[in-house]
Amino acid sequence: MNFQIIRRTVGWLLLFEAIFFVIPLITAVVYWEKEFFVFLTCIALCAVLGLLCVWKKPKKDTIYAKEGFVIVALSWIVMSIFGCLPFFISGAIPSFIDALFETVSGFTTTGSTVLYGDQIEGMAKCLLLWRSFTHWIGGMGVLVFIMAFLPLSGARNMYLMKAESPGPTVGKLVPKVKNTAKILYSIYLIITVTLFVFLLLDGSMGVFEALNLSFSIAGTGGFYIKGDSLASNTPYVQIIATVFMLVFSINFNSYYLIGRGKLREIFNAEVRLFIYIVTGAIVLIVLNLLATGTQGYTLGEGIRYTAFSVASVISTTGLVAADFDLWPIFSKCILVGMMLVGACAGSTGGGIKVSRVLVLSKGAGHEVKRMIHPHQVKKISLDKRIVEEDTVRSINAFIMAYIIIYIVSMLLVSFECPSFEVAFTSVAATINNVGPGLGAVGPTGNFAFFSSWAKLVYIFDMLAGRLEIFPMLVLFFPGTWRKK
Amino acid sequence: MKIIIVGCGRVGLTLAEKLNNDGNEVTVVDLSPAKVTEITNKVDVMGVVGNGAKQSTLREAGIESAQLFIAVTNSDELNLLCCMIAKKEGNCQTIARVKNPEYSADAPYLKEQLGLAMVINPQYAAAEEISRVLRFPSALKVEPFARGRVNLIKFKVPKHCKLVGSSVREIIAKLKVDVLVCSVERGEKAFIAKGDFVFEEKDIVSIIGTPKQANEFFGKIDYKGDVIHNAIIVGAGAITHYLCGILDRSGIKLTVIERDLALCESFSNDWKKVNVIHGDGLNKELLLEEGVENVDAFVSLLPHDEDNILLSLFCKDISACKLVTKIGRTDYDQVLSKLDLEAVICPKNITSDMILRFVRATQNSEGSNIERLYNIIQDKVEAAEFIIKENSPICNVPLSDLKFKENVLVASITRGKEVMIPRGSSMIKQGDTVIVITANLALHDITDVLQKD
Repeated sequence: MNFQIIRRTVGWLLLFEAIFFVIPLITAVVYWEKEFFVFLTCIALCAVLGLLCVWKKPKKDTIYAKEGFVIVALSWIVMSIFGCLPFFISGAIPSFIDALFETVSGFTTTGSTVLYGDQIEGMAKCLLLWRSFTHWIGGMGVLVFIMAFLPLSGARNMYLMKAESPGPTVGKLVPKVKNTAKILYSIYLIITVTLFVFLLLDGSMGVFEALNLSFSIAGTGGFYIKGDSLASNTPYVQIIATVFMLVFSINFNSYYLIGRGKLREIFNAEVRLFIYIVTGAIVLIVLNLLATGTQGYTLGEGIRYTAFSVASVISTTGLVAADFDLWPIFSKCILVGMMLVGACAGSTGGGIKVSRVLVLSKGAGHEVKRMIHPHQVKKISLDKRIVEEDTVRSINAFIMAYIIIYIVSMLLVSFECPSFEVAFTSVAATINNVGPGLGAVGPTGNFAFFSSWAKLVYIFDMLAGRLEIFPMLVLFFPGTWRKK
Repeated sequence: MKIIIVGCGRVGLTLAEKLNNDGNEVTVVDLSPAKVTEITNKVDVMGVVGNGAKQSTLREAGIESAQLFIAVTNSDELNLLCCMIAKKEGNCQTIARVKNPEYSADAPYLKEQLGLAMVINPQYAAAEEISRVLRFPSALKVEPFARGRVNLIKFKVPKHCKLVGSSVREIIAKLKVDVLVCSVERGEKAFIAKGDFVFEEKDIVSIIGTPKQANEFFGKIDYKGDVIHNAIIVGAGAITHYLCGILDRSGIKLTVIERDLALCESFSNDWKKVNVIHGDGLNKELLLEEGVENVDAFVSLLPHDEDNILLSLFCKDISACKLVTKIGRTDYDQVLSKLDLEAVICPKNITSDMILRFVRATQNSEGSNIERLYNIIQDKVEAAEFIIKENSPICNVPLSDLKFKENVLVASITRGKEVMIPRGSSMIKQGDTVIVITANLALHDITDVLQKD
């Protein structure tokens, strides 16, 4: 294990976090808020610690897969601990665990909160912006961001990128990792700015609101500066949000291909299935809502609220336009199902990912065919490409690890949950980085009533979900640290 | 530079590593996903799985924007096909590895007909490298120059040598040898050797000339380097075959030891002058019987690295001959360098170095009229190759009448197949290829070497 390179990379991360803190610092200056000094302290702390870690060059800068996993897992934990300091020091969130929960929820683009509506609305603007900005950083990944600027560990940065980027397989867009990271962040930035402009076109949105909402949607996070999320916003804003939540849950490689004039490539097998799921879910829920006369929605309202909620849940954003906790059980089941599926690989969304679901269901289909023709030879393929045996195996392992963590988490928090619905959906909401679940943790509820222990479980779930399980498991696996 | 490499074998991996370190954007293509993953995990390059001769694979690898295409798969035919398709599909230079001896004679033809920038035969390149070591055993460095027609030889001036104390002009006048002294390194400094430059002991001198001229030069200056008269070669593979061809007229007496009788027979038929011995090259008695103790050079070219290393160590122990050892695997370089085996020949490294030199030369010459740019002394002295396409003030005037800038030297003029070492009376004509040596000077066009009025 190359401890020196781990130390140095975490050091770089702290330095970059100090730079990220500059954005809320500027906000504090603009709105003349006293939290200015809080952020100044945090910047100084991160910069000093970061410099100390970065100062000494490591003897060897090669990393292997295990160092990649450890660096990523450790970076996210360190980043969250330092990222929560502004909330804690300023006293906006008095409990450290609560502050950590809120920050992890931000970085992992979950959007679950421990704050009540009036607490959010009473928070200083610079803290609110930091809260939303964590979504934007976490969405595409902070190490990918650093890689766009620094030659972290020479050629083997790919291990970091693989560990941090969501999806079963991670490929490069261009030969150099550095340029790939740059392209990904450029795409991310361009779409975010487009969204920001679209939001500003609506007269009801101020620059500050639009900025917060853009960060939140871009990272498919779910934090917003109002207690009722987007429920009181204009239909225009809700429709724009719906469209962009879906845009951010499609593989970013597709946008690169569009940019290079390969328009047809965007409709690959994964995106096609994603579109089928979204349209299917919308049709079924709208019919269900209208048939049961829920909330007295008109057809237009029904479609708008359904599309918004479906986009919000499958992209794992978790913004709320209508309280879907009041909807019929059939609709709620569909929404929970989509929480588990999640967005496409290589997007900023969470969940199991559509491509994994696709490979697994194809595998299941082949298995059934093999019952009938025991000697049939058939390989799983996506877009006429055979899926490597290694990939299939790692997807199977991922699902099993996912289920085990899911069940264990549910058992650990079950003592504090008022109902099974809360136990099941609170874990679903955190491990899939969605945000709201159902019942007490539903669109109008929050996670404040849980004890610190339960919150720690959710913190682990959020990190495990964002980093796709294995980095967190490797970090806590004793063999990783044992000297050979 | 955007480069596509097809074939992820040993040469492919070495090339990907070195080209990537030079700052190029490299994409590797191979049929085997495992091989592609191995490279992409190790080197910062993009990997594409697929057949490199297929249009769709090449498009995926970005052939339309690639500037260089290198095919180094195991199959010669596939390499050539890949290059042909790449040439049609994109606007790039192509390099193919062709190793079958049957095609080696056709290399220039293939190069011209298929529009290849370079055809590499690793075994032939290795044989050339060995032949250079055998011809100039005491040279510090021997490099092919001006497309292999002349050699650039670097050597250290010894104590008792006619060079010490005399100037370049005196030496040329006295010896009447057609070599060009181009540059001299003295400590940290580098000089362009003009006529009045005086040599000192321990100078490192670079000269340019054909092998024959260079040998003549070394003889006349009383250079007390060893000259190789006879050599034992163990193993009669492709490299040995090429080596015998190259050294056929060099006057070096060759003895080849080979275990396979049929191979021995065909070999002795091909190379009448060569003394072919049938027997196990690892047999100590046989080696002693063939006079390994008194031979001038010993070349081990067996298929297994460990056999070659063992033989060389044995010869080092019992004789003072020049050793040449062929090595296929270079991962354990650090151990090998401790064994002090003198000349270690690695075909895959030679191949990748040749391509690397080509890439650097094309890169350096971008945005100017320079065809190729070579580094003679790192970052100090360079040689630039120009093709004189049109009439310019430099043409048809004796060189002695031209006013050159400081630190400029015309090193060679190639007209058709003839290479000339220029003298004062020589003239440059349209269509010539001219090599100019300069120090600390950025050239863009051949006219840059003249003084501005």
